[in-house]
Amino acid sequence: MSLLSVNNLNIRFRTGDGYVHAVNDVSFDIAKGQKLAVVGESGSGKSQIAMSIMGLLANNAEAEGEVLYEGQNLLTLPSAKLNRIRAKDIGIIFQDPMSSLNPYMRIERQLGEVVEQHEGLSRSDARKRVLEVMEAVQIPDAKNRLTAYPHEFSGGMRQRIVIAMALICKPKLILADEPTTALDVTVQAQIMSLLDEIQRELGTAVMLITHDLGVVAGFCEDTLVLYGGRVMEAAPTLDLFDAPGHPYTRGLLRAVPNISDASASLAAIPGSPPNQTRAPVACPFAPRCVDAIPGCHQTLPELTGDRQQRACIRPVEELT
Amino acid sequence: MTDPILSVSDLRVTFAINQGKKWPWSPANALHAVNGVGFDLHRGKTLGIVGESGCGKSTLIRAIAGLVTPSGGTVQLDGRTMDYSRRADMQELRRRMQMIFQDPIASLNPRMTIRDIVAEPLTYFRPDMSGAERKRATREMLDRVGIPERNFNRFPHEFSGGQCQRIGIARALVSTPQVLLCDEPVSALDVSIQAQVINLLKELQDEMGLTLVFVAHDLGVVRHISDDVLVMYMGGVMERAPAGAVVDTPRHPYSQALLSAVPVPDPRVKTTPQVLNGDLPSPLNLPQGCLFQSRCPKRIDACRSIRPELKGPENAKVACLLEET
Amino acid sequence: MSTAKKQMNAPAYAEAAAEEMITSRSFWADARQRFLKNRMAVVSVLMLVLLVLFAIFGHSLAQWSYEEIDWNVLGKVKTEGGPTLANGHYFGVDELGRDLYARVVQGSQTSLLVGFLAGTASVILGSVLGATAGYFGGRTDQIIMGAYTIWLSIPYIIFFVVWQAFFGRSLTQMILVIILVNWTAGLLIVRGQVMMLKNREFVDAARMLGMSDFAIIFKHLMPNILWVIVIYTSIVIPEVIMMESLVSFLGVGIQEPNTSWGALISEGARTMTFGTLWQLAFPAAFFVIAQVSLYYIGDGLRDALDPKDR
Repeated sequence: MSLLSVNNLNIRFRTGDGYVHAVNDVSFDIAKGQKLAVVGESGSGKSQIAMSIMGLLANNAEAEGEVLYEGQNLLTLPSAKLNRIRAKDIGIIFQDPMSSLNPYMRIERQLGEVVEQHEGLSRSDARKRVLEVMEAVQIPDAKNRLTAYPHEFSGGMRQRIVIAMALICKPKLILADEPTTALDVTVQAQIMSLLDEIQRELGTAVMLITHDLGVVAGFCEDTLVLYGGRVMEAAPTLDLFDAPGHPYTRGLLRAVPNISDASASLAAIPGSPPNQTRAPVACPFAPRCVDAIPGCHQTLPELTGDRQQRACIRPVEELT
Repeated sequence: MTDPILSVSDLRVTFAINQGKKWPWSPANALHAVNGVGFDLHRGKTLGIVGESGCGKSTLIRAIAGLVTPSGGTVQLDGRTMDYSRRADMQELRRRMQMIFQDPIASLNPRMTIRDIVAEPLTYFRPDMSGAERKRATREMLDRVGIPERNFNRFPHEFSGGQCQRIGIARALVSTPQVLLCDEPVSALDVSIQAQVINLLKELQDEMGLTLVFVAHDLGVVRHISDDVLVMYMGGVMERAPAGAVVDTPRHPYSQALLSAVPVPDPRVKTTPQVLNGDLPSPLNLPQGCLFQSRCPKRIDACRSIRPELKGPENAKVACLLEET
Repeated sequence: MSTAKKQMNAPAYAEAAAEEMITSRSFWADARQRFLKNRMAVVSVLMLVLLVLFAIFGHSLAQWSYEEIDWNVLGKVKTEGGPTLANGHYFGVDELGRDLYARVVQGSQTSLLVGFLAGTASVILGSVLGATAGYFGGRTDQIIMGAYTIWLSIPYIIFFVVWQAFFGRSLTQMILVIILVNWTAGLLIVRGQVMMLKNREFVDAARMLGMSDFAIIFKHLMPNILWVIVIYTSIVIPEVIMMESLVSFLGVGIQEPNTSWGALISEGARTMTFGTLWQLAFPAAFFVIAQVSLYYIGDGLRDALDPKDR
């Protein structure tokens, strides 16, 4: 049985100018210990999926479908139960570490409070646990820095603390929403290898949400590609990079400036991001797709395939 | 070889910081943002500037543009030394040198239509043009960057980030400058849009014979657009070399560490990022020796006392004591 | 398939159609639409317009002037001075037998004039100082903020009394002194907005055109903070009317026989216990209607202009 199973998830937002359809009919599973990357550009709905899993959707959002965590639908769960799952079983790492930390609380209390609340540990046991995770995320001189405030750490160290906070209850699933986007490359490399190490040790499942294909390539074994709130392609990362099956994935991979090869001009994807004020009736990528045929503007392609799933009505062989 | 169009030497920028002062009248602390940067840039070429956040790369080009006042050094534009305190010099500088910015939407005034935004530079730099001529130049420029005419009366918030950056490029180039300073112009854009903007910049560079100074933290982007690359750390230049050479055979220990950390979009390539330990020095109190010494894995004793200069043959310079011996 | 249909399916067409969907509206056109949707605000604007018309043209309906004493009712104000159409005293007479209707018209003129002129002028003064402080920062900011802090510690009633002892109690003096007392209106909020906006890159872009600081403040920053100033003005105007009424109530306001809402209310309140309730009721009603309308207009403007809800 999969740990997390998202079925036909739809999320739309009520706004002054009508609805914005952020997520349309998205389904995927995460097994125990699996590392899944959710890749997409801004407006692809990737962050909203994470928010719906955490029950943190904005007030004007309407979600339909199922988000099953060990068989319980998180979308309809009463908030008391949801809080428990949220605190104990799912850890979350946001893009901006400062926004997840209370600037007026010492690190020790900040992290310790969660375990005291949810595991009933005494204060001294909680402190021991905090020290453990701080050492696990390789914060130098952890013992003396327990009483420091968040602003006393550098950006990279703060993100480590956020990771420690996500790990402290030994969650089964970690949601990492662009965890390294705000960080420099050298720090990003350290954070990603730390996440990798911890994941391997604890066997936690990780859902990594990112726009950076380079980060995905180095970390996740499976990848889900989103565009306009719909799944374009879902496949093992190796297959996806070797033989991308969807025109969007292909375009995306060609558009990344490769550091080791600067020969040709970049293959940009023409056009602009999709207008999401209407629910899609056809492939959302069709207006920008070089391989689009008239049928692409009329039908909504299903996600088909076995190992490498793709939502495109044209066979792989015909794509440029 | 012709003379360089832009020649910067020993440029320094310090900011007065009031934080941490004991009394209101005690002297302000000096934050050293740029510490003696110099480079020559030839017509039609692109210089990429890379470095991590806080390395002073944005401050450097803002100082060249005159948006922050340099505290030392000289900038020569087409062989003429610019005096940043003279208004006439500044007008001349801005006629020849324009800039595009990091946040495409924030760089456009939300209360102006894009036609007015793009036409505005012409009223300052081309007072000789008639109204009709300005209108036509504006239309041609916007058309060139791919904004259809039916959208000219719209406001910036009605455009996507990529389109806003195109409008920003149109504004910068409508007065036909010679040098374009680019302050992380694509880092806020999605990958597919980023490629569009980079390609557009390259095309425009060829058409207009532009010289580009391109600041970015993404080495892939810089590699792609630049002829030469300047690697900066703590406001100083660590290395200057052709883009290919910096990426393939970085010589400065900092360049090496930086390059090793860049993720490669290929799951079969295993990268082994080099971990930099040690703390960044405080820009309020720079070390006496090499700027990178506190984190350098190859540090020798001499690094503590001697600040290495940028040395080597033209276009392949390194500031490292190890390279000198 | 017909060519027309083929054309409809072309990606370029779809994109163009999608773009047409978003109609282009300027910020102010948008705000006007939102404001007009707010019924209370629209009704309040109507009320205010009526009040202004009353203040301007009310005298032509009056049968008495505001300083003329009706000797017929003097001495029996309580029994014969009440509101009636018979002798032309629509609102009755005041304690001295003067026509209250004419006095309310005159008082409305004073109060509204003081409110709008002094309110707008003091916000403009405060905004210019706030924009200067916020844009230039440093020493300029320190001086303006220092003056602001010192000013806050001076009770303004004392200022009124001292000022009027020196310069008299005319309408012009009243407006001037209120502008001076209120010079801090809008200062903080405009300063904050300018400090936030001056770091946006479009200001750098304007500086790259060689624009002077003055031109940047007025051409690029002011249009972006005008909404704050408009909202703030709508708050300050009723405050100023209130301030004028308060000082008039306390007896340091406008000089007799001229009057204002505050002065009329003050007189009415004094004679309330003698059973001449109309002397309080009419000016108070006008005052309340004006205040409530202005507050609702301010509220509507805030909803229409504040981009937070967008």
